[in-house]
Amino acid sequence: MKVFEEALTGEEISGPPSKSDYLMDRSFRGIAMVCAWFIIGVVGLLLWEIGYKAIPAIREYHLGFLTGTTWDVNKQVFGILPEIWGTLYSSFLALAIGGFFGVSMAIFLTQDFLPARLALVFRTIVDLLAAIPSVVYGFWGIFIVVPFIRPVADWLNAEFGWIPFFSTTLSGPGMLPASLVLAIMILPTIAAVSQDALRQVPYRIKEAAFGLGATRWEAILKVILPTASAGIFGALVLGFGRALGETMALAMLVGNSNQLSLSLFSPGNTLAALLALNFPEAGEREIPILMYAALVLLLITLAVNMIGTAIMSLSSRQMRSGK
Amino acid sequence: MSLALFVLVNLYFINLASADEKLRLTGSGASFPFPLYSAWFKNFSKMNKNANIDYQAKGSGAGVLDFINRTVDFAASDAAMKPEEIAKVQGGAVLLPMTAGKIVIAYNLSGNPKGLKLPRDVYPDIFLGKITKWNDPRIQSANPGMKLPDLPITVVRRADSSGTTFVFTNHLSAISPGWKSGPGAGTTVNWPGSDKFVAAPKNDGVTATIKQTPGAIGYIEYAYAIGAKVEMAALQNKTGKFVMPSTESGVAALANAQLPENLIAWVLDPEGEKSYPIATFTWMLFYQQNATPEKAKILRDVVEYGLTEGQKLSAKMGYIPLPDNVVSAVRAASKKIQ
Repeated sequence: MKVFEEALTGEEISGPPSKSDYLMDRSFRGIAMVCAWFIIGVVGLLLWEIGYKAIPAIREYHLGFLTGTTWDVNKQVFGILPEIWGTLYSSFLALAIGGFFGVSMAIFLTQDFLPARLALVFRTIVDLLAAIPSVVYGFWGIFIVVPFIRPVADWLNAEFGWIPFFSTTLSGPGMLPASLVLAIMILPTIAAVSQDALRQVPYRIKEAAFGLGATRWEAILKVILPTASAGIFGALVLGFGRALGETMALAMLVGNSNQLSLSLFSPGNTLAALLALNFPEAGEREIPILMYAALVLLLITLAVNMIGTAIMSLSSRQMRSGK
Repeated sequence: MSLALFVLVNLYFINLASADEKLRLTGSGASFPFPLYSAWFKNFSKMNKNANIDYQAKGSGAGVLDFINRTVDFAASDAAMKPEEIAKVQGGAVLLPMTAGKIVIAYNLSGNPKGLKLPRDVYPDIFLGKITKWNDPRIQSANPGMKLPDLPITVVRRADSSGTTFVFTNHLSAISPGWKSGPGAGTTVNWPGSDKFVAAPKNDGVTATIKQTPGAIGYIEYAYAIGAKVEMAALQNKTGKFVMPSTESGVAALANAQLPENLIAWVLDPEGEKSYPIATFTWMLFYQQNATPEKAKILRDVVEYGLTEGQKLSAKMGYIPLPDNVVSAVRAASKKIQ
């Protein structure tokens, strides 16, 4: 009993774990396990709930729902191909733009281009972008981005209208303004995860490159980037996943028109925008149909995120074994 | 001193609240009359210390669903209720038109020319995507004094399903056979597929997009057009006259409305030389049998307030005051709320 009290007061530094230590340890493990399973359970519940409510629509519209191009509530004709296309197209465009700038920024901030303090300031600013509400991005897009790109878009259409990407004039809302804003929204995710990946590259690899006579840029482009490539790829996939699910800014900027067009200036539609705009007033018959669309979006997002996570874990495993 | 007074006043109100239990009433539904309703309920709650009314502008469809599921004490809808929806309400529903509004066609042209005239065979064709340029001869000939540009017309519509779209498309169906057999009428319709048709959420989204897009045209609530100072078109009414949207032309449009027993009437294409063609009532939905007599009493008081004091506010806020015959019909029908 005396020993036990001493252990509790902490006077004895070494010694076997006490009963309360065991208890703490067990209960913490237990709580952690419950939380972990709870998260998996929530995802499962979400899938089940949406899937269950979508069953009537799946039975009625089958896979034709995925290839139809008309959304007509009055005639009860529903298809979401333009939305699937718009979701993937806007996300890919955003990824191309946001990915380029995000990775460049990560290189800039990790490869000793800036004094450490200044780099921290930059990093904080980029992280702050993630805190701006979606609707603010939407208004910013309507009032700043659209007027800004309109002259460029008009010129491209007039001179290079034969290229499918510039084949229509910009009405206002459209794929390009939506993708530009989306690119800025996914920038923090890509920049942050890419920085982690670049920092994981062992310093001696860089030293070895310099030792072999490589210049700074040769070392960055030919040694460091390839070494961190798997991690950066993971960052891109995570950014892509975020772009797929983005709703409000896109609903305000994409034009919400069922168009299947390669043109950057054409309006389009996305699954998330379709759901957000139609749910509030959906009648009983439409809800299963919207649930079906939600299920499609959920599956696309889940698949993309799982691929991203798998690539990330693969990359960190490679890093560890490389040491 | 002032702090002490403040504390005393607060204590007084706390005592008052605990001594006299406040009745909380909740409602949900249409967003178009929301600014007016929220002003009404605020004033009403001030006057009646024993009642507190919350109203959520979720949209007409959501309001009707809440009403059927009995999660609210009352609801509001721009599209009234369908007969099969009314049938689902146990004990019966009372639908009362409480205010009315206009839908305007707003446009954005360089130089902001005022009062563009749109004949009744022209504006449905613009929204059908058949007239695609501003200098189309059919628009130009109606506006001889105006120099219209060689610019594509960008049609801005509502992206979400809405009472505004419902009223606008019903009007277009009434005046244009091509519209009726094409997109038809509803809270959302299948708009022509063109890259010159864009959609934005809510009245404010459409207004902002029109303001930002040279050559844009779209339909919005009158109050939003006034607030954002966009140009509004004069529309040709049934008698062939071009009428600008205003409180007077809205009142004229409703003056001839004949309300049936259930008080659901659509003013799809109003008669009268001074009538503005696109006007509509908007309804509050009540239960015939309420949980307690006190609740029913307060709901009847709310209706009475809306019909008297409330109507004075409506013109100021861009809505149409109800004609006298409608006011007395609504007052009589409100007795059914028990």
